[in-house]
Amino acid sequence: MSVLSHKSPQGNALSVISIKKSEAYFSFANKWSTVVILVGILAIIGSFIWWLNMPLIEDMFTSSTITLIMVLGFQLYMGNSGILNWSYVGYIGIGAFASAIFSMDPDVKALQLPTMYPFLVDLHLPFPLALIGGALFATLIAAIVAWPLMRLSDSVGAITQFALLIVFNVILSQWSEVTNGPRTFTLGHSRQTTLWAALVVAIFVIAAVYYYKESSLGLKLRATRDDRYAARSSGINLVATRYVGYVISAFIGGFAGGLFSHYILSITAASFYMQELFVVLSMLVIGGTMSVSGAFFGTLVVTLARQGLRQVELGLTKSGFEASGTTEIVLAIFMIIFLIWRPRGITGGSELSWSSITKLCRRVFRRGSN
Amino acid sequence: MNLDILIEFAINVLSMGSLYALISLGLVFIFGICQLINFAYGEYITISAYAFYFMSVFTNIPWPIMFLLIILVGVGVGYLSELVAFRPFRGRSLDALLVSSFAISVILQRIFQIGISPRSKAVSVPAFFNLNVSLFGVITPLRNLLLIGVTLILLVVLLIIMKRTPLGIAMRGASENFVTARLMGVPANLVISVAFIISGILAAVVAVFWSVRTGSVEPFMGATPLLVGFIAIVIGGMHSLVGSVIGGYLYALVANVLSLVLPTSLLSYRDAIMFVIVISFLVLKPEGLVRGSYEEERVG
Repeated sequence: MSVLSHKSPQGNALSVISIKKSEAYFSFANKWSTVVILVGILAIIGSFIWWLNMPLIEDMFTSSTITLIMVLGFQLYMGNSGILNWSYVGYIGIGAFASAIFSMDPDVKALQLPTMYPFLVDLHLPFPLALIGGALFATLIAAIVAWPLMRLSDSVGAITQFALLIVFNVILSQWSEVTNGPRTFTLGHSRQTTLWAALVVAIFVIAAVYYYKESSLGLKLRATRDDRYAARSSGINLVATRYVGYVISAFIGGFAGGLFSHYILSITAASFYMQELFVVLSMLVIGGTMSVSGAFFGTLVVTLARQGLRQVELGLTKSGFEASGTTEIVLAIFMIIFLIWRPRGITGGSELSWSSITKLCRRVFRRGSN
Repeated sequence: MNLDILIEFAINVLSMGSLYALISLGLVFIFGICQLINFAYGEYITISAYAFYFMSVFTNIPWPIMFLLIILVGVGVGYLSELVAFRPFRGRSLDALLVSSFAISVILQRIFQIGISPRSKAVSVPAFFNLNVSLFGVITPLRNLLLIGVTLILLVVLLIIMKRTPLGIAMRGASENFVTARLMGVPANLVISVAFIISGILAAVVAVFWSVRTGSVEPFMGATPLLVGFIAIVIGGMHSLVGSVIGGYLYALVANVLSLVLPTSLLSYRDAIMFVIVISFLVLKPEGLVRGSYEEERVG
């Protein structure tokens, strides 16, 4: 929508004409400035933290970059289609387990996971290929189950997606021949998701999610979100459009899951359930579901808030007050406050771009000079 | 098949089904009127269960009064949650409501976890609940029969309210078409509040029988009944009160049959099978078994 309603600045006729001439270039540059700014912020923070060379902060950055990738994939479908996609966390889980199975050494697998099928034990791929393999596997599952579900919207759609998440969770937590059942699945090798690996993937994903949103597919999906019937009557195939978005979103989720499992190194099916869903959802809702910048800044703000609250929680627990869980309460309250007073999140549903920054600066300076 | 086993099976299905019918009825009352799938419904049950726990363990209130108080707690929870968490979203998008109810559910769970205890607490159950009685030669705890009886009474009372009283007729109208009902002079606030209150009362009854069955209460106990309710309302029909009751009993039947039929290696997948049934219902027969005021919403 921001693309369609792009307005040229006011001025006399001549300048309007001259702007018209260069508008194509400027709107292109302005459009892509979002990606440049977001990637720039992330890269600067990342390099600075790498330069600091403090393992604790580096770990924090890596894990929150992985979360950022998860939220971006979540935004890709939920933000553009307007359908609450509860099952997304399930694809993160599938990607996490699949890539871990691909990357583990056969000997370690035989030792750690005695119940595993023999043909899975023999599988072995290098880390990057294992990541892609895990993501493709999640995509495959999504591609198989999703088609009939794409017809449903609103509350029926939400229950379906919720039911799908439960199905995934039951399968992940019970299939001991593959996921080691409800027990912990330990990868048994050193950490492979480094700061740089997470950062590079995140940069690609930011660009990809933004490109998808601006592409004709994304535009179609946003049209189905804004008005289902008008979109249909303009010749958009709703099911196919949603299907493509959903499957791409599952791919990014699966990839993020692979990065996550190679970062955290021991996973259980319970890591990919309501709690994780709540984290991802709160980030997206607080940031603003409708824009990539919303996903970005939501992740940033909520991550910082969570770290701060975690410290408060630890302090309270040390002083003898059982307080684990306060973080979730505060986040949930903020989520409700945002939904009531600012339902489009911090970013208000628009993208951060060069023109929006200059506009903001101008407003701030004008207010300052008065 | 042995007749005893058949009777035992029937009593099991009927008592479980009664519980599930009450759960799904509580969900459908809200869904019918607000189109809201209330994720916080599980926590309504938890709150009432904690009220049961505190009163049964720490006080000497006689049983009948205690049950009345628990139901009052249910009424309060239903009414207040609507006032605080759902009224601000009136007229907003459904997704905002859904996310809000999800957030409320998280908040309540954590409050129980911090404020009371993360571990489960044993309730002290009145002795007559666990009295064994013999029915047609089958020995069964009294609570099962009690549950069937209470459910029957509640259903009849609700039926009379919905069919005969002006309030009930207004609510039925509102669940068929909220906008038109308002134009006809049905007060929206009253109808919605009453729906939440009835939902709270049902949750309180469920809470008593659920915690008697499991013998304990814990912060996350609401999750299972909520899932059961989801399955039951989808099977029975989300837009029909009768449908949700049928769905509850049917769920109990299917779950019991699956437990008998499935080999032990597949038994742990029972929930997955139930939810696959749910998804196929939503895709193939989204109106459920009882159609109600269902309108086609799908595309493609």
